[in-house]
Amino acid sequence: MSAAIPAPAQLPFQGTAEQEQQLRALIEEKRDDKGALMPILQGAQEIYGYLPVEVQKIIAEEMDVPLEKVYGVSTFYSQFSLTPKGKHQISVCLGTACYVKGSGLVLDKLKERLEIDSGECTPDREFSLDACRCVGACGLAPVMTIGDDVYGRLTVDQVDGILEKYKQQPHA
Amino acid sequence: MSEKTKEKKMVNIKINGISFAVEEGMTILAAARQANIHIPTLCYLKEINEIGACRICVVEVKGARTLVTACVYPVSEGMEIFTNTPRVLNARRDTLKLILSDHDKECLSCVRSGSCELQRLCQEYNVDNAHEYEGDMNVFEPDCSAPHMVRDNNKCILCRRCVAACEQFQSVGVIGPNNRGFATRIGCAYDLPLGSTACVDCGQCIAVCPVGALYEKDDTEAVFEALADPEKTVFVQTAPAVRAALGEAFDYPVGTDTEGKMVAALRRLGFDGVYDTNFGADLTILEEAHEFLDRFKNGGKLPLITSCSPGWVKFCEHYFPDLTENLSSCKSPHQMQGALMKSYLAEKKGIDAKDIVTVSVMPCTAKKFERQRDDEAGTGYPDVDHVITTRELARMIRRAGIQFRELPDEAFDDPMGEYSGGGVIFGVSGGVMEAALRTAVYWITNDDTNTPVDFNDVRGMQGIKDATYTVGDVTVRVAVASGLSNARKLLNDVKSGKAQYDFIEIMGCPGGCINGGGQPQVPAEVRNFTDYREKRAKALYTIDSAAHVRKSHQNESLKKLYDEYLGEIGGEKAHHLLHTTYVKRGLYSEV
Repeated sequence: MSAAIPAPAQLPFQGTAEQEQQLRALIEEKRDDKGALMPILQGAQEIYGYLPVEVQKIIAEEMDVPLEKVYGVSTFYSQFSLTPKGKHQISVCLGTACYVKGSGLVLDKLKERLEIDSGECTPDREFSLDACRCVGACGLAPVMTIGDDVYGRLTVDQVDGILEKYKQQPHA
Repeated sequence: MSEKTKEKKMVNIKINGISFAVEEGMTILAAARQANIHIPTLCYLKEINEIGACRICVVEVKGARTLVTACVYPVSEGMEIFTNTPRVLNARRDTLKLILSDHDKECLSCVRSGSCELQRLCQEYNVDNAHEYEGDMNVFEPDCSAPHMVRDNNKCILCRRCVAACEQFQSVGVIGPNNRGFATRIGCAYDLPLGSTACVDCGQCIAVCPVGALYEKDDTEAVFEALADPEKTVFVQTAPAVRAALGEAFDYPVGTDTEGKMVAALRRLGFDGVYDTNFGADLTILEEAHEFLDRFKNGGKLPLITSCSPGWVKFCEHYFPDLTENLSSCKSPHQMQGALMKSYLAEKKGIDAKDIVTVSVMPCTAKKFERQRDDEAGTGYPDVDHVITTRELARMIRRAGIQFRELPDEAFDDPMGEYSGGGVIFGVSGGVMEAALRTAVYWITNDDTNTPVDFNDVRGMQGIKDATYTVGDVTVRVAVASGLSNARKLLNDVKSGKAQYDFIEIMGCPGGCINGGGQPQVPAEVRNFTDYREKRAKALYTIDSAAHVRKSHQNESLKKLYDEYLGEIGGEKAHHLLHTTYVKRGLYSEV
């Protein structure tokens, strides 16, 4: 691997034989469709949770397209992630209302505590962090979600306590 | 009017108020061209990049809600087109300003200054370094990882012409747009450096780049340094195709043969010997035709595939590693000749090989990689010390203040200046095959007077050509491909058993070396409307048909070389100096 690959992508690939079987079946099914690359990438992300290089290589080889094409498409659309998601997926709203209420500071605090950047995953794969646009709960601004849980009227001071809760329940 | 145009349905259109009848379905751009109106383009490349992305070619169409892109918009009955209204000109100007707002405007020393398509448009549209859209600019580290070229994305205008060339001409596809919006940049998968991908170094991306974002690694300084070193004897050789295109850099029409002036210029640059790679080409024919007949008669690996094109060789190693045994073991002509300069010529002239510097002027960027390959140092010293492209030679001639157009015509030095017509057509797709056939036929029949010289089936700009020749009781099936997409198609057919051949010539660049990645860039407005390759090819075929010796085996200097020095064709000494080996490469070695 080269240094050019963003650090979190270097988290070791943990795909299973079963996942690979699913992926290959999906490619087999869609291969001849017009514009098959998009639905295959979407399906692959559903199977693996993200699009690691190992998966992109299988898709490129099976579909007989250059790897660069697969990479180009997966970096074009924001729906695709090149980094794995954690057991606890944190999403901080940076929509206008949340932002003016200080969600940027909350995000900074999370980055500092988790030692990862937005769009990345912790090496133990417990937490992944993303910034998102409006979640539609502006009345609760600033808002973040962790999995299905919603936290509103956040302050920077609450961040540590909330994280602690998830560290104690590994399979939320 | 020809039969063909009569069959097509014509439509009546008006361009800038003047009526024309043009073929239905043709683009506004092509229709306007027929009416002698030039519409500027940046992203458009005929057949390979028709994406309407850059929006420089916008025109007004009566009744249309917005401006339309002339490069992809088809004409229809009654259409009224305006190419020069204030609305059109302002839109183009705005587009140029927006491009400039994220463009490294280092024009003074830019390698493309003077031949830059963006610069020319800015001049035509009176757009200076407008600060109207000043703001964020992308800053990229130039990618210098490949052996042959640099990508400086700070100058990239995202036209995607390089992407199209890599994918459509070459089916290599190692570059493409990554990310989106303002963050878009052309790069490799995982933004890996180009040097660690399965790039084949052909330089077709450089040939189509409208600006200075892509350029060959410059070796002119190193050559000037060698020329200035009193301890060194510097020998130069020029590939067949260079003479057919060098003139373009000095405003000669495309297809002008400037061999004599080129030789004179090289001598004035101070080279101690000016030799012709055509000699090496003739030599290659003897070795390769020998190898072919040997494999053909003795059950060797067939089809034999030519190995003169280093872009093709690297492509084979990456994408068809199971065919590397089919590659001829012959080095490419300039590598053979380099090895002989440091052995045969060194001996003849009484110079120590270590004091000889060999320079090759090539239409090719992949030669910069080739000279660094393993097993390309027949004497223990590198066969070739420096490779410069046709473009770099033009720059050297200018820098040295040589008035190219005023030079007399001069002849190459002996003994590596003599060549046959077979040697010179190496520069065109089909030429190696034709030259090899000329010699192979002689060897089979032992008859040089009643056997054919012209093999027209393998000539021309088609991507794939094939023919079957019967000589005596021998039937040989041959194929010729140029452009690696065509090579891929041909080889897939060979692998699947759909096609069977004994001998295949493959050139990496479409049309052969005359269209190499190191040749002077042909601006899109010429490229899109004429086949400049035909014109360059014609220059070489004209030399061939006028040559008094047209068959490689009749080259007298070559006979002397074997008599005095090499011994047998395909013999031990020849093998040691003139042949090489290949490796199998993966696709994603670095990912």
